Amino acid sequence: MAYSEMVIEHAENPRNVGTLDKEDPNVGTGLVGAPACGDVMRLQIKVSDAGVIEDAKFKTFGCGSAIASSSLATEWLKGRTLDEASAIRNTDIVKELNLPPVKIHCSVLAEDAIKSAIEDFRKKQSAKRGS
Amino acid sequence: MSLKFPIYMDNHATTPMDPRVLETMLPYFTEHFGNAASRSHKFGWTAEEAVTYAREQVATLLGADKPEEIVFTSGATESINLAIKGVAEFYRDKGNHIITTKIEHKAALDTCKRLEKEGYEVTYLDVGPEGVVSVDDVRAALTDKTILVSVMLANNEVGTIQPIREIGALCKERGVIFHCDAVQGIGKTEFSAKDMGVDLVSITAHKMYGPKGVGALDVRRARPRVRLTAQIDGGGHERGNRSGTLNVPGIVGFGKACEILTKGWREEAARVKGLRDRLKDKLFAELDECHINGAWDDARRLPNNLNVSFSYVEGEGLMMAIKDVAVSSGSACTSSSLEPSYVLRALGVEEELAHTSIRFGLGRFTTEEEVDYVGDLVVNKVKKLRDLSPLYEMAKEGVNLKDIVWAAH
Repeated sequence: MAYSEMVIEHAENPRNVGTLDKEDPNVGTGLVGAPACGDVMRLQIKVSDAGVIEDAKFKTFGCGSAIASSSLATEWLKGRTLDEASAIRNTDIVKELNLPPVKIHCSVLAEDAIKSAIEDFRKKQSAKRGS
Repeated sequence: MSLKFPIYMDNHATTPMDPRVLETMLPYFTEHFGNAASRSHKFGWTAEEAVTYAREQVATLLGADKPEEIVFTSGATESINLAIKGVAEFYRDKGNHIITTKIEHKAALDTCKRLEKEGYEVTYLDVGPEGVVSVDDVRAALTDKTILVSVMLANNEVGTIQPIREIGALCKERGVIFHCDAVQGIGKTEFSAKDMGVDLVSITAHKMYGPKGVGALDVRRARPRVRLTAQIDGGGHERGNRSGTLNVPGIVGFGKACEILTKGWREEAARVKGLRDRLKDKLFAELDECHINGAWDDARRLPNNLNVSFSYVEGEGLMMAIKDVAVSSGSACTSSSLEPSYVLRALGVEEELAHTSIRFGLGRFTTEEEVDYVGDLVVNKVKKLRDLSPLYEMAKEGVNLKDIVWAAH
C-alpha cells in the first residue's frame, strides 16, 4: 500500500514529539491503544489558566499512519480552547492525511487520545477545586 | 560499486531472476515456440527435448529417483494442492487422516481446511518457540487412518528447518505417504527426496532465481509408488497428473535455475550466511531489546533468514522509516486482516512482540555494501522510533507494561 504524501511528511518529520510532566495540574495525559493491537498513543496537553491549549506533545508506538495521525493532532491542538479541541473528529484527520480505509482506526485512536487527555485534565482540575 | 535503491531484502517472497536463466529461456519464446505435446514435427520435438532436459535438472536438485517423477505445474501452490488433495482423494478408502504443522504455508493449511469440510481429519501439530516440529509429536499423531504427513522443509517467515530425514524414516516405517513443501529450503540446506524418504516434494522456480509461473511436484514412482487423483483434467499431460500445455520457456528456465543451485548451493549458502550474520551482529551490537524469532543454530535455520523483533517499535512503522529497503513484517498492519502473523503466534511469540518483527531475506544478489547500509539504517531508525515510542519510555522508567490495563480496540 502506498502512503499519502502527508502521512510520509508527518511520519518522517513528526511534530511535537516529547513528554510533558504528567504530575503538573495543568497537563492532561491520554494513553490509548494497546501493544498487543500494534498501536499505542500518548498525547499530552498543557492548558493555560484561560483554558487554551498552549502546548501539546505526543509519543506513538504504531505504523506510519498512527504516528502521522497523532503528530497532526498535536499541531491542531495548540492554540485551541478545550471545547474547540473536543470538536476535532477522526474524519477531519482522515481527510487531511488522506488515510485509506484500512488505516481509519489510526485516526479513531487519535480522536480517543485527544478526548482522553482533555478528560484527564478536567479530572485533575475538579480534584484541585475540590481539595 | 555504488548502491542501487531500493535495496531488495525480501528473498523469501520472491527472487530476482538470474540473468543466466533468462538467457536460457529466451529462444523458447520466439524461435523454439513449439508445443511439447506436438509429436508430428520439429517444433514439438525441440520443445519436448528441452522439457526432458529440464526435468533431469529439476530431478537432480531434488534428489528424485528418476526424472520421470517430476510433474511440472504452475507453481508451488498448485503442486501442494495436487499433492495433498491428490493423495487424500486417491487413498480415501485407506484412511481419512492427515498430519501437518501449524506453521505450513497457507497453500497447505487452506488445502487441509478444505479437506476437513469434506470429511477428512487433520492434525495441526504445534512447533514450540524454536519453530521446529518434533518427530515424537508426528509419531504420536499417527493413527491407522493416517494417509499423509505434510511438513515443510523450511518455514517462509522464520526460516526454521524441519527434521525431514527423521520424519521420512518414520513415515517409511509406518507406510504413510510423506509430502514436503521444499519451496523455501531447496538450494539453501541439505535435501534429497530419495535419501530422506520423501515421497512428494513441492517446489517453485521463482524462489530460486527462476521465472514466476512454473513449479514442480516430485511424485515417487517406486517403493512406494505414490498415486494421485489429478486435480486438473484435460489432455493428459504429465502422465495424466496435470493436464495443460507445458510452459516450455518457464520450464527451461526452471531447469537452468536448478542446475545453477546443484552446482553451487553450498558456496552460495555459506556466502549468504556470512552476510546474514554480519547484519545480525551489527543490529545486536548497537541496539538493546532485539529478539530473534525461532531457532538460531545453523542446523535449524536457513542461512539467508533473519527474523527479529525490535521491541517497542511497530513493524510497519519501521518499514516505512526504511522505505528504501524491501523487507516484510509479521505486524498486523501489513496484512489486510489486521491479525499478526500466524507463524509467530504458533511459536508462542507474544502479540506485542509479533507486531515489532521484521523479516530480512538475503539472497544471491545481496552485497556486503547493502548489508552494511541496511544495518546502519535500521539501527538509526529503530533508535529514532524508540525515542518516539511511549512504550520504550515507560519500559526505561521501569513500568511493567504487562501491569497496565490496556483498552483493546
